[in-house]
Amino acid sequence: MALIEPILNKKTAERVEAQIRSGGRNTPNLLFQGSLLAALLFALFVLGVLLFDVITDSWPVLSERFGDFLASPKRSSAEASGVFQGLRGTFWIGVAVILLTFPLGIAAAVYLEEYAPDSRLTRLIDINIRNLAGVPSVVYGILGFTLFVSLFNGVLGDREITLGRTTTAGALTLAILALPVVIITSAEAIRAVPDSLKEAAYGVGATKSEVIRSHILPYAAPGILTGTLLSLARALGEAAPLILVGAVQGRLGSRTGFFGLEQLGERFTAMPIIITGYAKEPGSDWIPVTAAAIVILLLVVLSFNAAAVLLRNRFESKREG
Amino acid sequence: MTTTALPDAGGEGILSGNRRRHNRERVIRYAVTGAALTSIGITIAIVASLIFRAGQFLIHLVNPTEVDLEEAGGEAVGLGALWGDQWAPRFFEFDIKTLLVGSIVVTIVAMAVATPIGLGAAVYLSEYANSTVRKILKPILEVLAGIPSVVLGFFALRWISPNLVQNIFSGAEGQNLLAAGLGVGLLTIPLVASISEDAMRAVPNSLREASAGLGARKMSTTLSVVLPAAISGLVAAFIVGTSRAIGETMVVFLAAGASGNQALFTTNPLERGSTMTAAMASQASGTDGTISELGFNSLFFVGFVLFAITLTLNLIADRFVRRVRQAY
Repeated sequence: MALIEPILNKKTAERVEAQIRSGGRNTPNLLFQGSLLAALLFALFVLGVLLFDVITDSWPVLSERFGDFLASPKRSSAEASGVFQGLRGTFWIGVAVILLTFPLGIAAAVYLEEYAPDSRLTRLIDINIRNLAGVPSVVYGILGFTLFVSLFNGVLGDREITLGRTTTAGALTLAILALPVVIITSAEAIRAVPDSLKEAAYGVGATKSEVIRSHILPYAAPGILTGTLLSLARALGEAAPLILVGAVQGRLGSRTGFFGLEQLGERFTAMPIIITGYAKEPGSDWIPVTAAAIVILLLVVLSFNAAAVLLRNRFESKREG
Repeated sequence: MTTTALPDAGGEGILSGNRRRHNRERVIRYAVTGAALTSIGITIAIVASLIFRAGQFLIHLVNPTEVDLEEAGGEAVGLGALWGDQWAPRFFEFDIKTLLVGSIVVTIVAMAVATPIGLGAAVYLSEYANSTVRKILKPILEVLAGIPSVVLGFFALRWISPNLVQNIFSGAEGQNLLAAGLGVGLLTIPLVASISEDAMRAVPNSLREASAGLGARKMSTTLSVVLPAAISGLVAAFIVGTSRAIGETMVVFLAAGASGNQALFTTNPLERGSTMTAAMASQASGTDGTISELGFNSLFFVGFVLFAITLTLNLIADRFVRRVRQAY
């Protein structure tokens, strides 16, 4: 007895019948789905191995002298070295990104979504920003070197001492690097604001800037904040541009405190650079120190990432519900 | 007084409101326009800073100044230095193909890892995972995307190279292009996955439903309906991933093992090598006194080549992405 008769040929009919009678089990399908899941779990596995490897390597340092490790600079022996100067540099870079990139990036996104006419110039700006997001970070280092180190002599501080390779030069370089991603993600968030919301505001006589301030930006705020947090995390993890700008990979002779403003005109290092310097040291006694520095950097970067993801999930489910 | 006697600000008549409000609008418009134009300024500044010294590098190769001659030991270097058997600015050997081939080897290894894993993960997330599973599994890729490249460089150097590469290939050196390529591949997975997933989610459900309605299994639907429909986006994911892999610096700088910015030409991924990006980072980390001007400017020349390659790839990828947007 055949379930399917006239149109199909016999072979197809048999296959379909076998399919229907097999009780829903389907080996190729399961294999396919399994290998897809395996791809995803491979990423999880790598992440697990990486974190396990780094944490076990770092344990001697983190368990025995955590406070000392946070408070020490790089010294000639691994046992006495720490990440103080790296944390300090990374903090100031973060400040620059927040103060410069966020306002500039959000303003540019507002222009693209709310003001820009449908013109050639707009399309050029649009393509240009997306290309900037794909420019390798090391190339931003070249820009930073030419502009802030060579041309502006490090912006602050004494050129004779710093050769222009100041904290300010490094921070400005990463602020520029983070800009395109901030613009792109903010523009996406602004695009998602419903027209009805804007029209309601225009309808009661608000001007464009008032609509933007009172309706568009508040509604888009979670999306904008998510994007900016992610780009901040990315900027804080970047090492290549800072190497080009001349961040110190070895020992940095500096007695400036964590919040001391005078360091803006002094030579600098940052967490990723400290890690690079430690990783390049020969000798296995530097491995725990390198791993410990990595754990600290991961704590900083991943907490920004986690905040961004949580924020997005929370608002996504709120708006859906 | 009649309404026509009201001050006419900006030619919009009675609806134009008061002048201060109007001025404020104008100021804000100028401010945001200026912010957007900054991005053009950045691109111009990047190109200018690359071209100036890259050009200087080439000109000084052909037409050495007295300083160049002195630094090079009395002999003119010449354009021939761009083709040899090693990249070693200290010895005035600038064989660009050493770096190009190094970059290509690393990129091929990286994409051999990132394409199947990234695409597989994306297909699972987009076609198979329900929203709960998605919410649990998607953050894995997001965390991986958030790991700084210097961390993966350390991982490639201290774990991938000894535990994988040297275990499998007995002849491999402690630092090698293969380990670097694998590290770069891990970094590229989330990027490939996220662009591919976006492309597949943009495929309208009606196509899937039509396919299911004809009796196709989920696998057939995925392979012969969803993937072909999303192909532009998938190609874009591959190209953007390639561009990212070529431009990745820190993993190669730490794990590929070219020390002191000197690398012999090699096509063997088990040997030490250098890439365009690693050569730039090494050149910049050298101590200032020992670098000749020619050697220093070679950094900009390499940067220019790198920029040109990634820009081309990004523009091509942009074309493909736009095709997806137009289609649906």
